[in-house]
Amino acid sequence: MRPQLPTLDLVPLYPLLVVTGWAVLVLLADLFVQHKRALGYLALTGVIVAAVVTVALWPGVPTSFQNMAISDGQALFFNLVFLVTGALGLLVAIEYLERKDLQRGEYYALLMFSLAGMIAMAAAEDLLIVFLGLEMMSVALYVLSGSNQRDMSSIEAAMKYFILGSFASAFFLYGIALTYAAAGSTNLAQIGSWLSGRGIPKDPVALTGLSLLLVGFGFKVALVPFHWWTPDVYQGAPTSVTAFMSVGAKAAGFATLTRVLYSAFSPTFTTDWVTVAAVLAAVTMTFGNLAALVQRDVKRLLGYSSIAHAGYVLVGIAAASPVGVRGMLFYILAYAFMTAGAFAVACAVERREQSTTTLADYAGLAQRSPLLAAAMLLFMLSLIGIPPLIGFWSKLFVFRAAVEANLAWLAVLGVLNSALSAYYYAGVVVQMYLREPGRSPAEEVAFRPWRSALAVAVFLAAAATVVLGLWPGAVVNLLMGV
Amino acid sequence: MQDVPTTWFLLLGAILFTIGAVGVLVRRNILVMLMCIELMMNAVNLTFVALGRELGSLTGQVVVFFTIVVAAVEVTVGLAILIELNRLYQTADVDEVAGLKG
Repeated sequence: MRPQLPTLDLVPLYPLLVVTGWAVLVLLADLFVQHKRALGYLALTGVIVAAVVTVALWPGVPTSFQNMAISDGQALFFNLVFLVTGALGLLVAIEYLERKDLQRGEYYALLMFSLAGMIAMAAAEDLLIVFLGLEMMSVALYVLSGSNQRDMSSIEAAMKYFILGSFASAFFLYGIALTYAAAGSTNLAQIGSWLSGRGIPKDPVALTGLSLLLVGFGFKVALVPFHWWTPDVYQGAPTSVTAFMSVGAKAAGFATLTRVLYSAFSPTFTTDWVTVAAVLAAVTMTFGNLAALVQRDVKRLLGYSSIAHAGYVLVGIAAASPVGVRGMLFYILAYAFMTAGAFAVACAVERREQSTTTLADYAGLAQRSPLLAAAMLLFMLSLIGIPPLIGFWSKLFVFRAAVEANLAWLAVLGVLNSALSAYYYAGVVVQMYLREPGRSPAEEVAFRPWRSALAVAVFLAAAATVVLGLWPGAVVNLLMGV
Repeated sequence: MQDVPTTWFLLLGAILFTIGAVGVLVRRNILVMLMCIELMMNAVNLTFVALGRELGSLTGQVVVFFTIVVAAVEVTVGLAILIELNRLYQTADVDEVAGLKG
């Protein structure tokens, strides 16, 4: 009998195919197009097309590709988060690279490849696909971090990110191997049914595999104690790259982490990872906020703040309930707008010869550029969690899920942490509104609404922060179908 | 000829992985760290192949193909970054590449 070739159903992979194909297109167009700026807009068109495809697939299609890929509501929601981040990242980069004299075609292609890796991670239903997506995303980000070859801190950031990232990938891979040893499969659903069906409550091999996978994820989403690379890389990388990866890489890590924990290591191991996740969440948010208190560099401050926010997101995962997952999804969407927006403002404030911004650079920003300062004010208030901005609802949802899951102590700690974080976010606001400008206004980048791509990115992020904060119901309704 | 038990392969894999991990942590030369990461990846490859034989499933072998490609990609990017680093810093020692702190 002739072996039958399996039928391939590519429908769930359409967003991935669009982004990958478009990235190749951008790379080819780079050979012929002189104005590299145009490539940025070409890439942006690809991101928009992929977003349209993603919306068209809503509310999801069943697994395909030999049960290796899935496009359920959760994957599609994450796709939208990635694509929004990608769009913001491209808009920021078009302007930023121009000013830094770094305008190059590969940048846009690499950003799209990284985006493709993230989408693969969110759609993965098999640990092999998770690994491939993770590497696709990470390797592109290593290169992007070092894309400013004249800047020593950019290269240093790339090197640190690369060494620690591939170190973590090796642990992750070993985790896959041990999970495969315990369950005889790399498919998440099969691992889940095998582990829960065997009757042995705690398989030590599977438990070790789970721990190693958690180490890998911990590195990627920057959980304490695996966070050491984060501040250095966020500070050293070109700011447009930081804006993209601070959100994208973290969202992708959480997308897969949720899937691995909820479908492969549930319910046999649920009690184990709930404890680990709750402790990691508590340590991560507390450490991130404490370390951010003393920072003078705004990119580094936002780096520590992103560690703290990874802790808040983990609170939603630790709740181990559908409410917790929905809270986590909402949180990541909110985080995408707030953080990408804040880094976009940092791009605008940054001087041409610098590669980062100190708090002093923000002194008197409200006088020099009122709109930019107002946008930054919104992002800072939202990151603190002030109602009615989007950051308030995201915190409310994850903390409520924690209380419902009998993790009230974690919710209390989270609220205390939010109060603590208000100190350093307010520090930025004080600089902008209450301090006199420390340098000549001529050096300031003029903020021209509607005329620069960067301004559009800041405007979109600020608008989303306010609009989704005033009407969170739209997103909540969307998430109820996930 | 008697087969070598799978446990031995798994043990060897675990030992190689540990050597690689310790190497990354204690060595200060970036090139050596890169080699240690490769050692870790290949230790996992050995584990996968051994498991594939033991479990009688092809997954173990297939994963290794992908891992080899990924490892090659990582080395390419790593060496490129190392060359750039060497150009700017004139060193491959991680302790001397410490401009970002705080």
